[in-house]
Amino acid sequence: MKWDFASVFDNTDALLAGAAGTLRLFAICLVCGLSLGLVVGLGRYARSKWLYWPATAFVEFFRNTPVLVQILWFYFALPILLPFTINPLAAAALGISLNSAAFSAEIYRGGIQSIDKGQWDGARAIGMGWGQAMRRIILPQAIKRMLPALTNRAIEIFKMSTLASAVAYVELLQQGKLIASLNFNPIEAYTAVAVIFFVFLWPLVQFTYVLERRLGRSE
Amino acid sequence: MAYQWDFTPVVANAPLLAQGLVNTLKITGVSLGCGLVLGLAFALMRLSPRPWLRLPAGFVIEVFRTTPPLVQLFWVFFALPLIAGIELTPFMAAIVTFSIQSGAFFAEVFRAGIQSIERGQWDGARAIGMNHAQAMQRIILPQAIKRMIPAFLERSIELMKTTTLVATIAYADLLFEANEISQKTFRPLETFTVVALIYFVVIFVVSLLARQLERRLAVSGENTVH
Amino acid sequence: MSLLQVRGLTKRFGKTDVLRGIDLDVQPGERIAILGASGSGKSTLLRCLNFMEMPDVGTVTLDGKVIGPSGKYRESELTQVRQRVGMVFQQFNLFPHMTAVGNVMEGLRTVRRQSKAEARTRAEKELARVGLADKAETYPAHLSGGQKQRVAIARALAMDPEMLLFDEPTSALDPELVGEVLNVIRSLADEGRTMLLVTHELGFAYHVATRIIFLADGTIHEQGTPDEVLKNPRQERTRAFLASHKQFSF
Repeated sequence: MKWDFASVFDNTDALLAGAAGTLRLFAICLVCGLSLGLVVGLGRYARSKWLYWPATAFVEFFRNTPVLVQILWFYFALPILLPFTINPLAAAALGISLNSAAFSAEIYRGGIQSIDKGQWDGARAIGMGWGQAMRRIILPQAIKRMLPALTNRAIEIFKMSTLASAVAYVELLQQGKLIASLNFNPIEAYTAVAVIFFVFLWPLVQFTYVLERRLGRSE
Repeated sequence: MAYQWDFTPVVANAPLLAQGLVNTLKITGVSLGCGLVLGLAFALMRLSPRPWLRLPAGFVIEVFRTTPPLVQLFWVFFALPLIAGIELTPFMAAIVTFSIQSGAFFAEVFRAGIQSIERGQWDGARAIGMNHAQAMQRIILPQAIKRMIPAFLERSIELMKTTTLVATIAYADLLFEANEISQKTFRPLETFTVVALIYFVVIFVVSLLARQLERRLAVSGENTVH
Repeated sequence: MSLLQVRGLTKRFGKTDVLRGIDLDVQPGERIAILGASGSGKSTLLRCLNFMEMPDVGTVTLDGKVIGPSGKYRESELTQVRQRVGMVFQQFNLFPHMTAVGNVMEGLRTVRRQSKAEARTRAEKELARVGLADKAETYPAHLSGGQKQRVAIARALAMDPEMLLFDEPTSALDPELVGEVLNVIRSLADEGRTMLLVTHELGFAYHVATRIIFLADGTIHEQGTPDEVLKNPRQERTRAFLASHKQFSF
């Protein structure tokens, strides 16, 4: 058994294209997922049942179905109901963003609920409205507590981006598959992909550990 | 013109879907069992004072927590057999991948649970002459496991969702069958919708049970770890 | 011959020397109360005697047999020592997932490998001795502090220890619960058991102990009979310590 990474290095361009695809999908899902999650999370916190129930149904549905099923549904099933086709990037971005929105909604809700009731009282006592209190007083404190969970979510989004390969979106794993099938070198190709992901994610994971420890100490 | 929904082709293939669901549950169950055993072993190794036990366990845990599950699965299915000179069926590859992967996550749950037990419990156990293994088995683990139950359940639900990845290496789980049926019947909308609902119902029921249990533990005043 | 002989016992935590060369001989039937300000090393000394903490330097000899050598303790050797030297803690350290009788049976079952019936008979006897026969099936969470500490004493007694170590056994208790625990310890004293007791209850120490040791800066600063140390202390620091404990009454 001889390892030969030359055949992988010959395909650096393909891997770079894959890395670009992974990062593009990651960025889209991170922004859409976490911001939609905030909206849904506030809905879960709302008193009006017209906001509460749809938000809750959304969270339950997307937390309790596998992302890959969602991606395939958006890719194969949804276009039938629409007058246009859905490309692999859109299907993957939809599936991963909605799933991440459901999970981050729960993070936001938990973070907001963890803030002492006295903070609301204090904000209202100086004449703040609900929106002002949330924006100026509650969220800034809650964000600090939610940070480790949110970076964890970001890591999960990065890992989930590989699922886009199931609809042939050009990302790192998809390019690994391509290289492996063209050069008959699955060992080197998949090892290289695994190492690239590890190199991307390891600093993020370590950063999350640091955040968790710091939070654990300060609370 | 509005699309005409027609579920009869999906219903006609119900036995295939049922078989797919059974296979999904099989992979989840076996990986869960192996993952728990591996997780306890990894955790005990990582808490060991001996570096030759601690470092390899730490390495496996970090690698499997830090890389995407689908990359792990492809590596085990396509690369590992060539390196090790063995043959792996898609089922075996899935079991190997998901067992080690959930073992890596369970290890951290075990470790957090064991470390959450106050030092006095070790003192109490040692003071009546117990050795390390006896104290761990009789005093520490029984208390720690109770605190870990919610985290275990949460991980098990994640594992069940992760098993859908085996469809990409052509193992006939529920998602794979869905893909087959949709291609055969030209009814992807109905098929994928039904399959998404099946997943939702199964996982949602397990989630509700998990939440119920967690609430019961919270009422009885138990601390939990995540 | 001494039951326990300690020579040159030294213990460090990081850079601090908590114990600096303690010499101590315990005769069978002796009851030694160890006094000292907090941080003087009382608890550490006690914990070194049954190797809950490992001494850095020095020897501990139990019944003529040296334990160690220092730094090379075998686990099996230490579990033997701990069965012969029982310990009761300030925070009880009962096992919350076992009933009172389960706590007392645990050492007999797991360490001594006794049958369930045998262990149970013995455990019930020990619970009766500390006045808790009716609490056998109660979990620690439903016991008062005083009852918990009595279960902990029964747990130690079940192992037939040749010596008992009490590490501030009443310090975590509400004042009204102190008496029931002290009464149990006194009855053990009346049986002629060998015991070492770290305590702040000076009156109790005066009446029950055969010898008082005053610890300061990790050394034995003064020792003698209760009358000598508590009524006529020779050392300035002992006097200052006693003066600061105003509840001391004979």
